[in-house]
Amino acid sequence: MKESVEIAGPEGVDLQQPRMGRSPGKMRRLASGKSTWSKMLQNWELYLFVAPAVLYFLIFHYAPMYGIQIAFKNFIPAKGILNSEWVGFQHFERFFNSYYFGDLLWNTLSLSLYELAIGFPLPIILALAFNEVKNGFFKKSVQTVTYAPHFISVVVMAGMIITFLSPSSGMLVRLIELFGIDAPKFLDDPSWFKTVYVISGVWQNAGWGTIIYLAALSGVDPQLHEAAIVDGASRFKRMLHINLPTIVPTISILLILNMGNVLGVGYEKVLLLQNSLNMESSDVISTFVYRSGLVNAQFSFSTAVGLFNSVVNAILLVTVNQIAKRTSKTSLW
Amino acid sequence: MVTAMKESRSDKLFLVFIYLFLAAALVVVLYPLIYILSASISTPKFVSSGEMWLLPKGLTLDGYKLVMQNPKIWIGYGNTIFYTVLGTSINLLVTLPAAYALSRSDFIGRQFIMAMFLVTMFFSGGLVPSYLLVKELGMINSIWALILPVSASVWNIIVARTFFQSTIPKELQEAAHMDGCTNMRLFFQIVLPLSAPIIAVMALFYGVSHWNSYFSSLIYLNDEMKYPLQMVLRQILVLQEMTAETTGASISGDIAAAMNNKAEIAALVKYAVIIVSTLPIIVVYPFLQRYFVQGVMIGSVKG
Repeated sequence: MKESVEIAGPEGVDLQQPRMGRSPGKMRRLASGKSTWSKMLQNWELYLFVAPAVLYFLIFHYAPMYGIQIAFKNFIPAKGILNSEWVGFQHFERFFNSYYFGDLLWNTLSLSLYELAIGFPLPIILALAFNEVKNGFFKKSVQTVTYAPHFISVVVMAGMIITFLSPSSGMLVRLIELFGIDAPKFLDDPSWFKTVYVISGVWQNAGWGTIIYLAALSGVDPQLHEAAIVDGASRFKRMLHINLPTIVPTISILLILNMGNVLGVGYEKVLLLQNSLNMESSDVISTFVYRSGLVNAQFSFSTAVGLFNSVVNAILLVTVNQIAKRTSKTSLW
Repeated sequence: MVTAMKESRSDKLFLVFIYLFLAAALVVVLYPLIYILSASISTPKFVSSGEMWLLPKGLTLDGYKLVMQNPKIWIGYGNTIFYTVLGTSINLLVTLPAAYALSRSDFIGRQFIMAMFLVTMFFSGGLVPSYLLVKELGMINSIWALILPVSASVWNIIVARTFFQSTIPKELQEAAHMDGCTNMRLFFQIVLPLSAPIIAVMALFYGVSHWNSYFSSLIYLNDEMKYPLQMVLRQILVLQEMTAETTGASISGDIAAAMNNKAEIAALVKYAVIIVSTLPIIVVYPFLQRYFVQGVMIGSVKG
């Protein structure tokens, strides 16, 4: 323990000495302004601390980025990534010219915009409502219950959806029949797939989504409210003109992040709810990549499709962020 | 005075509306959960006919008996517990030291390393190159394929870093260094004992994601004996593979006799299996909710 300090100490001083010798405030400088090298040496253990994480990101995130080159090659596993031959944009052309390209793009875009339109405002409204209610048993119970579905796994969620929508015995189907309406075959009907996906997502995540807004709302200056009450502002007006503006920065940040992920509809839930009957509206880019890449082993082609997807996402994110930067002051970077 | 009265009345009305809205949210979220719980202990024919709509009807524990008799579920359960414990331990070992180092302002290179991590949030190699990498590393059909590719998450590193930055005073670190304490000892003997809340938050976030994950086992595992619970659930709930095998090879005579309808058995097992698999999280969640919420809030400070 003591040793390491003795090692670090003299070396630090050594490195400084040439400059330090001439400076008048030698002692003060010695204590605060050490050179980069001595600081790095003194904190060598911190590099050890980040090493596993750096290694992890290099291997499991940066190495696959290197593997992206197979999108421009005809990857043959036996030849390896480097030795497979280059084919340029052939795979991209094939994808853009395929008959399913339009459908895939439309399904992905419409599903995620639909989800954004319903799923994004609801947590904001819910958070504003929570904020109006004083802390107590009621508020706590509603929060605990609405947060809970967030922890249900995708598989169980899909299982619940399938069970509740089962035409023969599903709870929701029974409920709809109660109103004298003939329930559609939700999961076998392509026109219903997106609604089922979006509504179930809202059920699962709207409550959890309020937390981030509630954190922002807790920062509202109570004096603003007091002043507004004196001026005779109603509760509703205060919510609209004090509380809502407070969370606007949070809203914009989350909106930017969501817009940057418009083509990023995940495969996890879609894959579980997909069946041959709803395929025409449920097949999105990510499930297509999974199917053509891992099920049918068209490695290069599906990598190209995946690359197209992430490039569009990255461009969208930067563009939306830029627009947000210009119009308001909030941006990611 | 009159206007003040009027406004307070409209305020009251507004508040009533808010309460009604929240109550509606409560009912909409809670009802399906109660329904599943009740359905899992009700006689299947009441459930499918709609006679059971809130409280259990025709109490029976047959669903749970069938689940208990199913060796696949037990194996899956065991596997999931093992993967969750091992995976979460690795997550903590990777995340906490890295987050601490990145929280130190005297750590040279932190911006560069942070940027290197952040890039992966917005751009990734994609599914197929990641799969090929895992294959190249010889991890197909190995439990490491479920654990190593998710050793850390950028988001959680940011959350932990923010926590260290805001709760560990700089003076403490300086004083420790002055006394000749190494960074290693500082981290393990001073910082970590002060960081119980963030360790809990991280363990919970990582733990839940391991418990709930199914996709990596779907693409990397082909040996059913290694399947985690979620894969077994997928067979039962989604693929609806209600063979004798999944519903329990040896259904004891009395249960089989009581339920002549195969579809009824299937339905009952479904509800019971949802409860059994989600139980650990449902049971601990109310006690740990505080920590989960804390985690999100810390993250939002500098999101």
